[in-house]
Amino acid sequence: MSRTLYDLIGLAAGIAFILALKGLSHPKTARKGNLIGAFGAGLATLVVFFYASPSVSGKAESSLPLNNLGWILGAIAVGLIIGVPAARRVQMTQMPQLVALFNGVGGGAAALVAIVEYLNLGLEATTAQVVFTVFTVIVGCVSFSGSIITFMKLQELMTTRPVIFPAGRFVIAATLIAVIGVGGWVVSALGTTPLLILAALSLLFGILFVLPVGGADVPIVISLLNAFTGLTVAASGYVLDSVLLIIAGTLVGASGTILTRLMADAMGRSLFGTLFGAFTAKQQDSSGVAEDRPVRSGSSDDVAILLNYARRVVIVPGFGLAVAQAQHTVRELADLMISRGIDVAYGIHPVAGRMPGHMNVLLAEANVPYDQLVEMDEVNPTFGQTDVAIVIGANDVVNPAAKTTPGCPIYGMPILEVSNAANIIFLKRSMRPGFAGIENELLYDPKTMLLFGDAKSSLTKVVSALKAL
Amino acid sequence: MDAMAILSIFVLSVFVGFEVVSKVSSTLHTPLMSGANAIHGVILVGAIIVADHSETNLELGLSLAAIVLATINMVGGFVVTDRMLEMFKGQKK
Repeated sequence: MSRTLYDLIGLAAGIAFILALKGLSHPKTARKGNLIGAFGAGLATLVVFFYASPSVSGKAESSLPLNNLGWILGAIAVGLIIGVPAARRVQMTQMPQLVALFNGVGGGAAALVAIVEYLNLGLEATTAQVVFTVFTVIVGCVSFSGSIITFMKLQELMTTRPVIFPAGRFVIAATLIAVIGVGGWVVSALGTTPLLILAALSLLFGILFVLPVGGADVPIVISLLNAFTGLTVAASGYVLDSVLLIIAGTLVGASGTILTRLMADAMGRSLFGTLFGAFTAKQQDSSGVAEDRPVRSGSSDDVAILLNYARRVVIVPGFGLAVAQAQHTVRELADLMISRGIDVAYGIHPVAGRMPGHMNVLLAEANVPYDQLVEMDEVNPTFGQTDVAIVIGANDVVNPAAKTTPGCPIYGMPILEVSNAANIIFLKRSMRPGFAGIENELLYDPKTMLLFGDAKSSLTKVVSALKAL
Repeated sequence: MDAMAILSIFVLSVFVGFEVVSKVSSTLHTPLMSGANAIHGVILVGAIIVADHSETNLELGLSLAAIVLATINMVGGFVVTDRMLEMFKGQKK
Protein backbone atom coordinates (compact mmCIF):
# COMPACT_ATOMS: atom_id res chain seq x y z
CA MET A 1 0.00 0.00 0.00
CA SER A 2 1.34 3.43 -0.87
CA ARG A 3 1.96 6.06 1.76
CA THR A 4 -0.66 8.30 0.14
CA LEU A 5 -3.38 5.66 0.39
CA TYR A 6 -2.31 4.86 3.96
CA ASP A 7 -2.53 8.53 4.96
CA LEU A 8 -5.88 8.96 3.17
CA ILE A 9 -7.35 6.09 5.12
CA GLY A 10 -5.87 7.61 8.28
CA LEU A 11 -7.62 10.88 7.40
CA ALA A 12 -10.89 9.01 6.92
CA ALA A 13 -10.49 7.50 10.38
CA GLY A 14 -9.80 10.99 11.78
CA ILE A 15 -13.03 12.26 10.22
CA ALA A 16 -14.86 9.27 11.68
CA PHE A 17 -13.64 10.31 15.13
CA ILE A 18 -14.89 13.88 14.65
CA LEU A 19 -18.29 12.58 13.54
CA ALA A 20 -18.25 10.18 16.51
CA LEU A 21 -17.74 12.98 19.04
CA LYS A 22 -20.36 15.10 17.30
CA GLY A 23 -22.82 12.21 17.32
CA LEU A 24 -22.16 11.46 20.97
CA SER A 25 -23.13 15.02 21.88
CA HIS A 26 -26.81 14.50 20.99
CA PRO A 27 -29.12 11.88 22.50
CA LYS A 28 -30.62 10.76 19.21
CA THR A 29 -27.35 10.26 17.37
CA ALA A 30 -25.22 9.10 20.29
CA ARG A 31 -25.30 5.39 19.58
CA LYS A 32 -24.62 5.86 15.88
CA GLY A 33 -21.77 8.21 16.78
CA ASN A 34 -20.16 5.60 18.93
CA LEU A 35 -20.43 3.03 16.14
CA ILE A 36 -18.83 5.46 13.69
CA GLY A 37 -15.97 5.92 16.15
CA ALA A 38 -15.55 2.17 16.49
CA PHE A 39 -15.55 1.85 12.70
CA GLY A 40 -12.82 4.50 12.40
CA ALA A 41 -10.69 2.83 15.04
CA GLY A 42 -11.13 -0.59 13.44
CA LEU A 43 -10.26 0.79 10.01
CA ALA A 44 -7.14 2.51 11.35
CA THR A 45 -6.01 -0.68 13.07
CA LEU A 46 -6.65 -2.87 10.05
CA VAL A 47 -4.74 -0.65 7.66
CA VAL A 48 -1.52 -0.74 9.72
CA PHE A 49 -1.14 -4.38 8.73
CA PHE A 50 -0.99 -3.48 5.06
CA TYR A 51 1.54 -0.69 5.15
CA ALA A 52 5.21 -1.20 5.91
CA SER A 53 5.86 1.99 7.85
CA PRO A 54 9.53 2.93 7.70
CA SER A 55 11.14 2.80 11.11
CA VAL A 56 11.86 6.29 12.38
CA SER A 57 15.33 5.16 13.43
CA GLY A 58 15.82 3.59 9.99
CA LYS A 59 17.29 0.48 11.63
CA ALA A 60 14.55 -2.08 11.31
CA GLU A 61 13.68 -3.28 7.86
CA SER A 62 10.20 -2.34 6.76
CA SER A 63 8.49 -5.01 4.76
CA LEU A 64 5.23 -6.87 4.68
CA PRO A 65 4.06 -8.87 6.47
CA LEU A 66 4.96 -6.93 9.61
CA ASN A 67 7.77 -8.23 11.78
CA ASN A 68 6.57 -10.15 14.83
CA LEU A 69 3.14 -10.49 13.18
CA GLY A 70 2.23 -13.59 15.18
CA TRP A 71 3.09 -11.89 18.44
CA ILE A 72 1.12 -8.78 17.48
CA LEU A 73 -2.01 -10.75 16.62
CA GLY A 74 -1.61 -12.81 19.78
CA ALA A 75 -1.37 -9.68 21.93
CA ILE A 76 -4.49 -8.23 20.28
CA ALA A 77 -6.31 -11.49 20.99
CA VAL A 78 -5.30 -11.28 24.66
CA GLY A 79 -6.58 -7.69 24.79
CA LEU A 80 -9.88 -8.77 23.26
CA ILE A 81 -10.26 -11.69 25.65
CA ILE A 82 -9.78 -9.35 28.62
CA GLY A 83 -11.54 -6.23 27.34
CA VAL A 84 -14.73 -7.49 25.73
CA PRO A 85 -16.07 -9.65 28.58
CA ALA A 86 -15.15 -6.93 31.09
CA ALA A 87 -17.17 -4.39 29.10
CA ARG A 88 -20.04 -6.82 28.48
CA ARG A 89 -20.49 -8.14 31.97
CA VAL A 90 -19.97 -5.02 34.04
CA GLN A 91 -22.96 -3.91 36.10
CA MET A 92 -24.40 -0.47 35.40
CA THR A 93 -23.28 0.56 38.86
CA GLN A 94 -19.65 -0.27 38.10
CA MET A 95 -19.40 1.46 34.74
CA PRO A 96 -17.61 4.60 35.96
CA GLN A 97 -14.73 2.64 37.41
CA LEU A 98 -14.46 0.51 34.27
CA VAL A 99 -14.19 3.68 32.18
CA ALA A 100 -11.47 4.87 34.59
CA LEU A 101 -9.64 1.59 34.21
CA PHE A 102 -9.87 1.66 30.40
CA ASN A 103 -8.54 5.19 30.42
CA GLY A 104 -5.67 4.16 32.68
CA VAL A 105 -4.57 1.28 30.48
CA GLY A 106 -4.74 3.61 27.46
CA GLY A 107 -2.38 6.01 29.22
CA GLY A 108 -0.13 3.10 30.17
CA ALA A 109 -0.08 1.92 26.55
CA ALA A 110 0.91 5.39 25.34
CA ALA A 111 3.73 5.56 27.91
CA LEU A 112 5.00 2.11 26.87
CA VAL A 113 4.91 3.03 23.19
CA ALA A 114 6.98 6.13 23.97
CA ILE A 115 9.51 4.11 25.99
CA VAL A 116 9.93 1.53 23.21
CA GLU A 117 10.31 4.21 20.58
CA TYR A 118 12.92 5.89 22.75
CA LEU A 119 14.87 2.63 23.21
CA ASN A 120 14.62 2.08 19.48
CA LEU A 121 15.79 5.55 18.52
CA GLY A 122 18.68 5.53 20.97
CA LEU A 123 21.17 8.29 20.41
CA GLU A 124 19.77 9.16 17.01
CA ALA A 125 16.69 10.81 18.48
CA THR A 126 16.27 14.49 17.73
CA THR A 127 15.69 16.85 20.64
CA ALA A 128 12.09 17.40 19.57
CA GLN A 129 11.46 13.64 19.53
CA VAL A 130 12.96 13.28 23.00
CA VAL A 131 10.91 16.17 24.37
CA PHE A 132 7.69 14.63 23.06
CA THR A 133 8.74 11.23 24.37
CA VAL A 134 9.39 12.66 27.83
CA PHE A 135 5.99 14.37 27.73
CA THR A 136 4.26 11.13 26.76
CA VAL A 137 6.00 9.10 29.44
CA ILE A 138 5.17 11.64 32.17
CA VAL A 139 1.54 12.23 31.27
CA GLY A 140 0.88 8.60 30.28
CA CYS A 141 2.21 7.34 33.61
CA VAL A 142 0.26 9.97 35.58
CA SER A 143 -2.89 8.99 33.71
CA PHE A 144 -2.23 5.30 34.38
CA SER A 145 -1.56 5.46 38.11
CA GLY A 146 -4.11 8.24 38.68
CA SER A 147 -6.81 6.21 36.95
CA ILE A 148 -5.97 3.15 39.05
CA ILE A 149 -6.51 5.26 42.19
CA THR A 150 -9.85 6.58 40.88
CA PHE A 151 -10.80 2.98 40.10
CA MET A 152 -9.97 1.90 43.64
CA LYS A 153 -11.92 4.80 45.11
CA LEU A 154 -15.01 4.08 43.04
CA GLN A 155 -14.80 0.34 43.62
CA GLU A 156 -14.42 1.19 47.32
CA LEU A 157 -11.20 -0.79 47.55
CA MET A 158 -9.92 2.22 49.46
CA THR A 159 -11.49 5.13 51.29
CA THR A 160 -13.64 7.37 49.14
CA ARG A 161 -12.80 10.40 51.23
CA PRO A 162 -9.98 12.76 50.37
CA VAL A 163 -6.71 11.31 51.61
CA ILE A 164 -4.72 14.07 53.20
CA PHE A 165 -1.24 13.52 54.53
CA PRO A 166 1.02 15.85 56.48
CA ALA A 167 2.58 18.55 54.33
CA GLY A 168 0.63 17.03 51.43
CA ARG A 169 0.87 19.89 49.04
CA PHE A 170 4.60 20.23 49.59
CA VAL A 171 5.14 16.52 48.91
CA ILE A 172 3.07 16.82 45.73
CA ALA A 173 4.90 19.98 44.64
CA ALA A 174 8.28 18.37 45.37
CA THR A 175 7.35 15.29 43.33
CA LEU A 176 6.24 17.46 40.44
CA ILE A 177 9.52 19.40 40.54
CA ALA A 178 11.42 16.11 40.60
CA VAL A 179 9.43 14.86 37.60
CA ILE A 180 10.22 18.00 35.62
CA GLY A 181 13.87 17.89 36.72
CA VAL A 182 14.34 14.26 35.68
CA GLY A 183 12.49 15.06 32.44
CA GLY A 184 15.12 17.71 31.74
CA TRP A 185 17.83 15.20 32.62
CA VAL A 186 16.47 12.72 30.06
CA VAL A 187 16.42 15.40 27.37
CA SER A 188 19.99 16.48 28.06
CA ALA A 189 21.66 13.18 29.01
CA LEU A 190 19.73 10.59 26.95
CA GLY A 191 19.72 7.25 28.69
CA THR A 192 17.47 4.38 29.61
CA THR A 193 18.00 4.71 33.36
CA PRO A 194 16.87 8.35 33.59
CA LEU A 195 13.81 7.46 31.52
CA LEU A 196 12.84 4.63 33.87
CA ILE A 197 13.34 6.89 36.90
CA LEU A 198 11.13 9.42 35.13
CA ALA A 199 8.44 6.78 34.61
CA ALA A 200 8.58 5.72 38.27
CA LEU A 201 8.37 9.31 39.55
CA SER A 202 5.49 10.06 37.20
CA LEU A 203 3.59 7.02 38.47
CA LEU A 204 4.13 8.30 42.02
CA PHE A 205 2.95 11.76 41.06
CA GLY A 206 -0.23 10.31 39.51
CA ILE A 207 -1.05 8.58 42.80
CA LEU A 208 -0.33 11.64 44.96
CA PHE A 209 -2.28 13.87 42.63
CA VAL A 210 -5.51 11.85 42.84
CA LEU A 211 -5.41 10.75 46.51
CA PRO A 212 -6.67 14.09 47.92
CA VAL A 213 -9.69 14.17 45.60
CA GLY A 214 -12.93 13.48 47.43
CA GLY A 215 -15.48 10.89 46.39
CA ALA A 216 -18.01 13.00 44.55
CA ASP A 217 -15.33 14.78 42.53
CA VAL A 218 -13.78 11.59 41.20
CA PRO A 219 -15.70 11.60 37.86
CA ILE A 220 -14.28 15.05 37.10
CA VAL A 221 -10.78 13.70 37.62
CA ILE A 222 -11.47 10.71 35.38
CA SER A 223 -12.51 13.14 32.66
CA LEU A 224 -9.36 15.19 33.19
CA LEU A 225 -7.11 12.13 33.02
CA ASN A 226 -9.00 11.10 29.89
CA ALA A 227 -8.01 14.41 28.29
CA PHE A 228 -4.43 13.80 29.46
CA THR A 229 -4.31 10.42 27.76
CA GLY A 230 -5.59 12.05 24.58
CA LEU A 231 -2.66 14.48 24.62
CA THR A 232 -0.16 11.66 25.10
CA VAL A 233 -1.59 9.92 22.06
CA ALA A 234 -1.16 13.13 20.07
CA ALA A 235 2.47 13.40 21.23
CA SER A 236 3.08 9.76 20.26
CA GLY A 237 1.69 10.62 16.85
CA TYR A 238 4.40 13.23 16.45
CA VAL A 239 7.19 10.79 17.40
CA LEU A 240 5.76 8.00 15.24
CA ASP A 241 5.00 10.31 12.31
CA SER A 242 1.31 9.40 12.30
CA VAL A 243 -1.20 12.10 11.38
CA LEU A 244 -4.06 9.90 12.55
CA LEU A 245 -2.69 9.66 16.10
CA ILE A 246 -2.14 13.44 16.20
CA ILE A 247 -5.73 14.13 15.11
CA ALA A 248 -7.35 11.51 17.34
CA GLY A 249 -5.28 12.38 20.40
CA THR A 250 -5.79 16.12 20.03
CA LEU A 251 -9.54 15.71 19.54
CA VAL A 252 -9.82 13.72 22.75
CA GLY A 253 -7.53 16.11 24.59
CA ALA A 254 -9.55 19.16 23.56
CA SER A 255 -13.03 17.69 23.94
CA GLY A 256 -11.98 16.06 27.20
CA THR A 257 -10.86 19.41 28.58
CA ILE A 258 -14.17 21.03 27.68
CA LEU A 259 -16.08 18.08 29.09
CA THR A 260 -14.13 18.29 32.34
CA ARG A 261 -15.10 21.94 32.65
CA LEU A 262 -18.76 21.20 31.86
CA MET A 263 -18.81 18.48 34.51
CA ALA A 264 -17.19 20.75 37.07
CA ASP A 265 -19.74 23.46 36.24
CA ALA A 266 -22.62 21.00 36.65
CA MET A 267 -21.40 20.37 40.19
CA GLY A 268 -20.73 24.03 40.88
CA ARG A 269 -17.05 23.32 41.41
CA SER A 270 -13.94 24.91 40.03
CA LEU A 271 -11.41 22.50 38.62
CA PHE A 272 -8.81 23.90 40.96
CA GLY A 273 -11.09 23.39 43.95
CA THR A 274 -11.71 19.81 42.87
CA LEU A 275 -8.04 18.96 42.73
CA PHE A 276 -6.71 20.87 45.67
CA GLY A 277 -9.83 21.62 47.73
CA ALA A 278 -8.98 18.96 50.31
CA PHE A 279 -5.86 20.79 51.33
CA THR A 280 -7.48 24.18 51.72
CA ALA A 281 -10.78 23.10 53.29
CA LYS A 282 -11.13 23.33 57.01
CA GLN A 283 -11.02 20.00 58.81
CA GLN A 284 -14.51 18.76 59.55
CA ASP A 285 -15.34 18.25 63.17
CA SER A 286 -16.29 14.60 63.10
CA SER A 287 -16.84 14.24 66.83
CA GLY A 288 -20.19 16.07 66.65
CA VAL A 289 -23.19 15.02 68.68
CA ALA A 290 -25.17 14.44 65.51
CA GLU A 291 -24.96 10.64 65.55
CA ASP A 292 -26.91 10.27 68.78
CA ARG A 293 -29.83 12.45 67.83
CA PRO A 294 -33.17 10.75 67.33
CA VAL A 295 -34.54 10.11 63.86
CA ARG A 296 -38.06 9.19 62.86
CA SER A 297 -38.12 5.84 61.14
CA GLY A 298 -41.27 4.37 59.66
CA SER A 299 -42.58 1.15 58.17
CA SER A 300 -43.46 0.47 54.56
CA ASP A 301 -47.15 0.85 55.52
CA ASP A 302 -46.54 4.34 56.88
CA VAL A 303 -44.83 5.25 53.63
CA ALA A 304 -47.65 3.77 51.53
CA ILE A 305 -50.29 5.75 53.45
CA LEU A 306 -48.33 8.95 53.05
CA LEU A 307 -48.03 8.35 49.31
CA ASN A 308 -51.67 7.36 48.88
CA TYR A 309 -52.87 10.74 50.11
CA ALA A 310 -50.33 12.78 48.21
CA ARG A 311 -51.16 14.79 45.13
CA ARG A 312 -47.63 15.31 43.92
CA VAL A 313 -44.64 13.08 44.59
CA VAL A 314 -41.05 13.65 43.49
CA ILE A 315 -38.73 10.67 43.44
CA VAL A 316 -35.06 11.49 43.97
CA PRO A 317 -32.91 8.53 42.94
CA GLY A 318 -29.27 8.13 43.94
CA PHE A 319 -26.47 5.60 43.98
CA GLY A 320 -28.35 3.34 46.44
CA LEU A 321 -30.98 2.76 43.76
CA ALA A 322 -28.28 1.65 41.36
CA VAL A 323 -26.63 -0.62 43.91
CA ALA A 324 -29.91 -2.31 44.76
CA GLN A 325 -30.81 -2.60 41.05
CA ALA A 326 -34.17 -1.18 42.07
CA GLN A 327 -34.87 0.78 38.89
CA HIS A 328 -37.66 -1.58 37.78
CA THR A 329 -39.27 -1.59 41.22
CA VAL A 330 -39.24 2.19 41.46
CA ARG A 331 -40.92 2.38 38.09
CA GLU A 332 -43.57 -0.05 39.30
CA LEU A 333 -44.21 2.21 42.30
CA ALA A 334 -44.37 5.30 40.08
CA ASP A 335 -46.80 3.62 37.66
CA LEU A 336 -48.99 2.54 40.54
CA MET A 337 -49.12 6.08 41.91
CA ILE A 338 -49.85 7.52 38.47
CA SER A 339 -52.70 5.05 38.02
CA ARG A 340 -54.20 6.51 41.21
CA GLY A 341 -54.02 10.02 39.82
CA ILE A 342 -50.92 11.11 41.71
CA ASP A 343 -48.61 13.47 39.88
CA VAL A 344 -45.18 11.78 39.82
CA ALA A 345 -41.83 13.12 38.63
CA TYR A 346 -38.25 12.00 39.06
CA GLY A 347 -35.92 14.74 40.24
CA ILE A 348 -32.60 14.09 38.56
CA HIS A 349 -29.46 15.64 39.95
CA PRO A 350 -26.81 15.88 37.23
CA VAL A 351 -24.24 14.03 39.31
CA ALA A 352 -26.46 11.67 41.29
CA GLY A 353 -24.83 8.28 41.41
CA ARG A 354 -21.20 7.95 40.58
CA MET A 355 -21.10 9.72 37.25
CA PRO A 356 -23.03 12.45 35.44
CA GLY A 357 -26.11 11.02 33.77
CA HIS A 358 -25.93 7.81 35.82
CA MET A 359 -29.59 8.03 36.86
CA ASN A 360 -30.81 8.77 33.35
CA VAL A 361 -29.08 5.66 32.09
CA LEU A 362 -30.36 3.54 34.95
CA LEU A 363 -33.99 4.67 34.71
CA ALA A 364 -33.91 4.44 30.93
CA GLU A 365 -33.03 0.78 31.40
CA ALA A 366 -36.31 0.36 33.26
CA ASN A 367 -38.14 2.17 30.42
CA VAL A 368 -39.15 5.12 32.56
CA PRO A 369 -40.70 7.65 30.15
CA TYR A 370 -38.25 10.40 29.38
CA ASP A 371 -40.69 13.21 30.22
CA GLN A 372 -40.96 12.03 33.82
CA LEU A 373 -37.26 12.70 34.35
CA VAL A 374 -37.00 16.33 35.40
CA GLU A 375 -33.65 18.05 35.65
CA MET A 376 -32.59 19.86 38.79
CA ASP A 377 -33.20 23.42 37.63
CA GLU A 378 -36.76 22.59 36.61
CA VAL A 379 -37.72 20.44 39.56
CA ASN A 380 -36.33 22.64 42.34
CA PRO A 381 -39.00 25.38 42.12
CA THR A 382 -41.73 22.69 42.31
CA PHE A 383 -40.72 21.20 45.66
CA GLY A 384 -42.86 23.86 47.40
CA GLN A 385 -45.98 22.26 45.86
CA THR A 386 -44.77 18.72 46.46
CA ASP A 387 -46.43 16.63 49.14
CA VAL A 388 -43.84 13.89 49.35
CA ALA A 389 -40.22 13.73 48.20
CA ILE A 390 -38.89 10.15 48.22
CA VAL A 391 -35.13 10.08 48.38
CA ILE A 392 -33.95 6.63 47.32
CA GLY A 393 -30.34 5.91 48.15
CA ALA A 394 -29.25 9.50 47.56
CA ASN A 395 -27.59 11.64 50.15
CA ASP A 396 -25.01 14.20 49.07
CA VAL A 397 -27.15 15.58 46.25
CA VAL A 398 -29.89 16.61 48.72
CA ASN A 399 -27.62 17.57 51.59
CA PRO A 400 -28.31 21.16 52.68
CA ALA A 401 -24.73 21.34 53.99
CA ALA A 402 -23.80 22.19 50.39
CA LYS A 403 -25.53 25.54 51.00
CA THR A 404 -25.07 26.10 54.68
CA THR A 405 -21.66 24.79 55.71
CA PRO A 406 -18.74 26.59 54.09
CA GLY A 407 -15.67 24.39 54.02
CA CYS A 408 -17.46 21.06 53.83
CA PRO A 409 -16.40 18.92 50.84
CA ILE A 410 -19.56 19.52 48.82
CA TYR A 411 -20.00 23.22 49.69
CA GLY A 412 -21.19 25.14 46.67
CA MET A 413 -22.61 22.15 44.82
CA PRO A 414 -26.17 22.82 43.64
CA ILE A 415 -28.59 20.44 45.38
CA LEU A 416 -32.12 19.19 44.97
CA GLU A 417 -34.07 21.24 47.49
CA VAL A 418 -36.21 18.43 48.88
CA SER A 419 -36.39 20.26 52.22
CA ASN A 420 -39.10 22.46 50.65
CA ALA A 421 -41.42 19.48 50.22
CA ALA A 422 -44.14 18.90 52.83
CA ASN A 423 -42.83 15.43 53.68
CA ILE A 424 -39.52 13.74 53.01
CA ILE A 425 -38.99 10.00 52.92
CA PHE A 426 -35.47 8.62 52.92
CA LEU A 427 -34.92 5.05 51.82
CA LYS A 428 -31.52 4.19 53.24
CA ARG A 429 -29.48 1.15 54.07
CA SER A 430 -28.14 2.66 57.26
CA MET A 431 -27.34 5.97 58.89
CA ARG A 432 -24.00 5.94 57.11
CA PRO A 433 -23.21 9.25 55.44
CA GLY A 434 -23.02 9.54 51.66
CA PHE A 435 -20.05 9.19 49.32
CA ALA A 436 -18.59 12.53 50.35
CA GLY A 437 -18.61 11.34 53.97
CA ILE A 438 -20.58 14.16 55.54
CA GLU A 439 -23.51 14.16 57.92
CA ASN A 440 -26.90 15.09 56.45
CA GLU A 441 -28.97 17.39 58.67
CA LEU A 442 -32.06 16.60 56.68
CA LEU A 443 -32.23 13.12 58.24
CA TYR A 444 -33.05 14.74 61.60
CA ASP A 445 -35.67 17.09 60.17
CA PRO A 446 -39.05 16.54 61.89
CA LYS A 447 -40.84 16.11 58.54
CA THR A 448 -38.44 13.39 57.47
CA MET A 449 -39.32 9.71 57.76
CA LEU A 450 -36.67 7.03 57.29
CA LEU A 451 -37.26 3.59 55.88
CA PHE A 452 -34.21 1.46 56.48
CA GLY A 453 -33.20 -1.43 54.28
CA ASP A 454 -32.11 -2.35 50.80
CA ALA A 455 -33.84 -0.02 48.32
CA LYS A 456 -35.28 -2.84 46.25
CA SER A 457 -36.86 -4.80 49.08
CA SER A 458 -38.11 -1.60 50.74
CA LEU A 459 -39.72 -0.47 47.50
CA THR A 460 -41.26 -3.89 46.92
CA LYS A 461 -42.86 -3.72 50.36
CA VAL A 462 -44.13 -0.19 49.74
CA VAL A 463 -45.64 -1.27 46.42
CA SER A 464 -47.53 -4.18 47.98
CA ALA A 465 -48.62 -2.02 50.92
CA LEU A 466 -49.89 0.63 48.51
CA LYS A 467 -51.73 -1.97 46.43
CA ALA A 468 -53.49 -3.19 49.57
CA LEU A 469 -54.80 0.28 50.42
CA MET B 1 6.63 15.78 8.26
CA ASP B 2 7.43 19.42 8.68
CA ALA B 3 6.75 21.19 11.93
CA MET B 4 4.34 23.79 10.52
CA ALA B 5 2.08 21.12 9.05
CA ILE B 6 2.00 19.27 12.37
CA LEU B 7 1.33 22.47 14.29
CA SER B 8 -1.53 23.34 11.91
CA ILE B 9 -3.08 19.90 12.30
CA PHE B 10 -2.76 20.16 16.07
CA VAL B 11 -4.29 23.62 16.38
CA LEU B 12 -7.17 22.88 14.02
CA SER B 13 -7.90 19.64 15.86
CA VAL B 14 -8.03 21.53 19.16
CA PHE B 15 -10.67 23.85 17.74
CA VAL B 16 -12.70 21.01 16.28
CA GLY B 17 -12.50 19.17 19.60
CA PHE B 18 -13.74 22.24 21.50
CA GLU B 19 -16.48 22.88 18.98
CA VAL B 20 -18.08 19.42 18.75
CA VAL B 21 -18.74 19.01 22.45
CA SER B 22 -19.39 22.58 23.58
CA LYS B 23 -23.16 22.15 23.99
CA VAL B 24 -23.89 18.78 25.49
CA SER B 25 -26.45 18.01 28.18
CA SER B 26 -25.25 16.51 31.44
CA THR B 27 -27.14 13.31 30.60
CA LEU B 28 -24.59 12.55 27.92
CA HIS B 29 -21.46 13.52 29.83
CA THR B 30 -20.59 9.98 30.81
CA PRO B 31 -21.19 8.26 27.45
CA LEU B 32 -19.28 11.08 25.76
CA MET B 33 -16.36 10.68 28.14
CA SER B 34 -16.45 6.96 27.60
CA GLY B 35 -16.58 7.33 23.81
CA ALA B 36 -13.68 9.79 23.79
CA ASN B 37 -11.85 7.35 26.05
CA ALA B 38 -12.34 4.60 23.48
CA ILE B 39 -11.08 6.85 20.69
CA HIS B 40 -7.70 7.36 22.34
CA GLY B 41 -7.43 3.57 22.20
CA VAL B 42 -6.13 4.12 18.65
CA ILE B 43 -2.76 4.28 20.36
CA LEU B 44 -3.07 0.60 19.37
CA VAL B 45 -1.89 1.72 15.93
CA GLY B 46 1.24 3.19 17.51
CA ALA B 47 1.76 0.06 19.60
CA ILE B 48 1.60 -2.14 16.48
CA ILE B 49 4.07 0.12 14.67
CA VAL B 50 6.63 -0.06 17.49
CA ALA B 51 6.13 -3.83 17.77
CA ASP B 52 6.93 -4.07 14.06
CA HIS B 53 10.10 -2.04 14.58
CA SER B 54 11.24 -3.82 17.74
CA GLU B 55 14.77 -5.17 17.60
CA THR B 56 15.34 -6.50 21.08
CA ASN B 57 13.27 -8.77 23.28
CA LEU B 58 12.81 -5.93 25.76
CA GLU B 59 11.38 -3.68 23.07
CA LEU B 60 9.14 -6.43 21.76
CA GLY B 61 7.92 -7.35 25.25
CA LEU B 62 7.05 -3.75 26.11
CA SER B 63 5.31 -3.14 22.81
CA LEU B 64 3.26 -6.33 23.15
CA ALA B 65 2.20 -5.17 26.62
CA ALA B 66 1.22 -1.85 25.01
CA ILE B 67 -0.82 -3.73 22.38
CA VAL B 68 -2.72 -5.66 25.04
CA LEU B 69 -3.47 -2.49 27.04
CA ALA B 70 -4.42 -0.46 23.97
CA THR B 71 -6.75 -3.20 22.69
CA ILE B 72 -8.50 -3.32 26.07
CA ASN B 73 -8.84 0.47 25.98
CA MET B 74 -10.19 0.63 22.44
CA VAL B 75 -12.46 -2.39 22.17
CA GLY B 76 -13.63 -2.36 25.79
CA GLY B 77 -14.27 1.38 25.52
CA PHE B 78 -16.52 1.16 22.48
CA VAL B 79 -18.41 -1.86 23.83
CA VAL B 80 -19.09 -0.26 27.20
CA THR B 81 -20.17 3.02 25.57
CA ASP B 82 -22.55 1.11 23.35
CA ARG B 83 -24.01 -0.62 26.38
CA MET B 84 -24.58 2.71 28.10
CA LEU B 85 -26.26 4.17 25.04
CA GLU B 86 -28.37 1.08 24.52
CA MET B 87 -30.20 2.14 27.67
CA PHE B 88 -31.27 5.36 25.98
CA LYS B 89 -33.07 3.69 23.11
CA GLY B 90 -36.84 3.76 22.94
CA GLN B 91 -36.95 7.14 24.65
CA LYS B 92 -37.98 9.07 21.60
CA LYS B 93 -41.04 11.08 22.45
